[in-house]
Amino acid sequence: MTNTTYAVASDYFIWAAIIVLAVAMVAFSVHLAVTGSVRQPRALRADARTPVTVGAPGGDADDGAPAVPGRAPTPSRRWGVVGLQLTWLATLAVVAGTALRGLSVSRWPLGNMYEFTLFTVSFVLVVYSAWSLRQDRLWLGAFVVLPAVVFLGAAKLSWYTEASQLMPALDSIWLVIHVTVATLSVALFTLGAALATAYLVKDGAERKGDVTGWLAALPAGRRLEQMTYGLHIVAFPLWTFTLIAGAIWAEQAWGRYWGWDPKETWTFVIWAVYAAYLHARATTGWSTRRSTWVALAGFAAIIINYTVVNLLMTGLHSYSGVSS
Amino acid sequence: MSTDRGGTQAPERIEPSYPKDRTTLGGPRLGAVGWARWVWRQLTSMRTALFLLLLLALAAIPGSIFPQRGVDPVRVRRFFEDNPDLAPWLDRVGMFDVYASPWFASIYLLLMVSLVGCIVPRSRQHWEAMRAQPPRTPARLGRLPVHRSVVLDAAPDDVVAAARAELRRRRYRLRAEEDGARTVSGEKGYLKESGNLVFHLAVLGVIVSVAAGHLFGWRGEIIVKEGETVTTGPSAFDTLHLGPLVDPDDIPVYSLQLNDLDVQFEAEAQGAQFGQPRVFRGVATVQEDVSGSPSAPRTEEFAVNDPLGISGTSVFLLGNGYAPVVNVRDADGQILFSDAVTFLPQDNTYSSEGVIKVPGADPALGFVGGFLPTLTFDPEIGPTSSFPDLVDPALVLAVFEGDLYPEGRAQSVFSLDTESMDQVLQDDGTPVSLLIRPGDELELAGDRGSIELETVIRWGGLMVRHDPGRIPALVFSGAALLGLGLMLGVRRRRVFVRVTPATGTPDPAGDGARHTEMTVAGLPKGTDPGLDELVEQVLERIATASGGRVVTDKDDS
Ligand code: HEM
Repeated sequence: MTNTTYAVASDYFIWAAIIVLAVAMVAFSVHLAVTGSVRQPRALRADARTPVTVGAPGGDADDGAPAVPGRAPTPSRRWGVVGLQLTWLATLAVVAGTALRGLSVSRWPLGNMYEFTLFTVSFVLVVYSAWSLRQDRLWLGAFVVLPAVVFLGAAKLSWYTEASQLMPALDSIWLVIHVTVATLSVALFTLGAALATAYLVKDGAERKGDVTGWLAALPAGRRLEQMTYGLHIVAFPLWTFTLIAGAIWAEQAWGRYWGWDPKETWTFVIWAVYAAYLHARATTGWSTRRSTWVALAGFAAIIINYTVVNLLMTGLHSYSGVSS
Repeated sequence: MSTDRGGTQAPERIEPSYPKDRTTLGGPRLGAVGWARWVWRQLTSMRTALFLLLLLALAAIPGSIFPQRGVDPVRVRRFFEDNPDLAPWLDRVGMFDVYASPWFASIYLLLMVSLVGCIVPRSRQHWEAMRAQPPRTPARLGRLPVHRSVVLDAAPDDVVAAARAELRRRRYRLRAEEDGARTVSGEKGYLKESGNLVFHLAVLGVIVSVAAGHLFGWRGEIIVKEGETVTTGPSAFDTLHLGPLVDPDDIPVYSLQLNDLDVQFEAEAQGAQFGQPRVFRGVATVQEDVSGSPSAPRTEEFAVNDPLGISGTSVFLLGNGYAPVVNVRDADGQILFSDAVTFLPQDNTYSSEGVIKVPGADPALGFVGGFLPTLTFDPEIGPTSSFPDLVDPALVLAVFEGDLYPEGRAQSVFSLDTESMDQVLQDDGTPVSLLIRPGDELELAGDRGSIELETVIRWGGLMVRHDPGRIPALVFSGAALLGLGLMLGVRRRRVFVRVTPATGTPDPAGDGARHTEMTVAGLPKGTDPGLDELVEQVLERIATASGGRVVTDKDDS
């Protein structure tokens, strides 16, 4: 049974979230620009004193929060706070939209690509919002809201699937376990890729000694890199679990736990690339920059898995729900 | 305070003397043994492992682009037909058998060798490290990545005692120091390395289990109609794939009757979801060991995602379709043929194709055509099906007569070899085309008798599988996950404390306080942003516990 009212309400919530997120994106960008322009002189002075400030622990100054009263005018946080509050609002909307979608079909809303995307974006926004409650993460907002908006927009425009029941192969407790954890780890990998990008940009500027403009609003490259790694070592075991749970489910549904179906193959490819990232980071002789590129290659594989494999490759996992 | 972790030099860390980078190795003149060692060291270095992992990921990709023989041989054949020039070249480099190709195998075999070469020495090292004491406190703690010094108003020995107590409270393993030594050295987090070894061993275990499953496992596919009973055995299956080390006589013999199949389709939602399967389950009666001492028959439900377990095999319900029950009579009304005929679905609407062979007719008759569960007339392609369920089922058949099995050639039951047959024509010369609905009986032109569609039943496609590597693979996967959690979750840290009576320093306050200098330093393994905080907390707690007031914060001066 499909409850149309809930299904329609879900659609409205998602559209609303897209609009709110787009505004939040603008606010966060202005925040970066404002903070960067105010910080610039101080940042330059700080550079002259490296490594004392850059390497300082406990890092508020390091985390991009304005600090050290009396040294520079504290940049206005108004835009960032507005962006953050809008993001919280959008988070509620996306979570509500996802939940309503599930209610409308009386099942866990993870039956097709559209729902998978809603779930992933929900996780991305919830994790970021929770993080922003504990620590100052205004500078990260733009990096998070951008992929969230792009994912939601693509889901709405290209992958939209009418709410309906599941095909029997998907009707399993392993759907809930395997796909929920998959979306959570994809969400963390997305945040990881956002931080990795921030690191590469910032680090590039630091190397050239040219940290100006909005780049000055970001934490030091080293801190960004540590946060990138921190996210990946949470996401990687979750992805490993996704792989194992998927194999268990495949065994029950198709009679074999591993069959090199395109989707299985790409799950494995992603896993191997991220394992390589973790190795690269521990290998002397591999710079953190180069390792971080491997992490981004892993994220590229996730995107391919999400798009090309779902839509173009024929396999048992053909339940994107998108008609060709 | 200065905890300059951000210096230009790479910070020192706890590292095993494990080959992480071997490019600098290898002198100019190596003998055969020297070369062998050099190759071995290259192969077991982290750098190589990293390279092989990336290579493995890359090598797996073509298998998702090109159809694979092991997965879908029909699509491979179609690819050959569509790309007659390209396909043989791709075939030559194994693009249709990627996961069985020598180059793919060589990558994972090298990775396995590298893994063994990596685990063995590391296990030995770890075993020794776990039994050894934490190392001596380094002479210059200021060189460690995180360190902090204060001057306390406390007796040196009290500070040492407080430091030992604090680290013990935090479950650090402490080095037994000689009497009177004013240093404390502790280490914690050995489980990180244990987890690392468990993970890498378990990955090896998974690979070996999968290989064992391939060698000793088998699978057979069989189509069973509603009401039909099948008995397993090497010759029972429509297709049977045996692992290289399987003895066909080891296949257990049991009987399975498919009592009922329940299949339902989406009729409400529109768009791509319309007609998608929604319910798919069956009921079977099973009797084990029918050739020896048969067990009592038991009746069980099974479904997609819910296989039957019988005599060490798993029986999966994978496919389904329709089997029209057809009677063919001769001109006198004698039954020539009466059976349920399996038709194979061709698309999501279950437009199915099949063949009815009646060798008993004279000349033999062959019917070929389609079964359409919901008959619709498409202006372009004629009769077709618009929905997979039985809304308005019909058989649409052409009729041939002649020799069904020319030269006694064996044929598939799903195709008709019309080489030695002629199509049956109507009086006006056009081919006979029958459209039969359940209950209908149609006369065949030219006094050839009649054909009746009595009813339509379903068939289920079953797969029977035996895979001895399945449970070991699951156990090793669990172990890998556990090891991964420990390796990435546990922090391995060394903490050192040095206490020196600050005799030489003038008494800044001039109040005769005892001035004891204490330095706490931490050494991480890998990335450890929390270490600063730890050193900070340890220092404060020691200072408080030893009853000492902080006189000077050395690093601020
Ligand atoms: C089958 C493929 C392999 C996978 C999936 C894998 C995965 C991993 C992962 C996820 C880590 C954690 C890194 C971290 O702490 O951030 C790791 C660490 C490590 N791996 Fe592997 N590995 C594999 C093969 C190998 C091989 C062949 C070697 C031997 C050359 C090796 C040696 C190491 C070492 C020495 C570490 C510890 C690095 C450190 O923290 O210092 N691995 N591995």
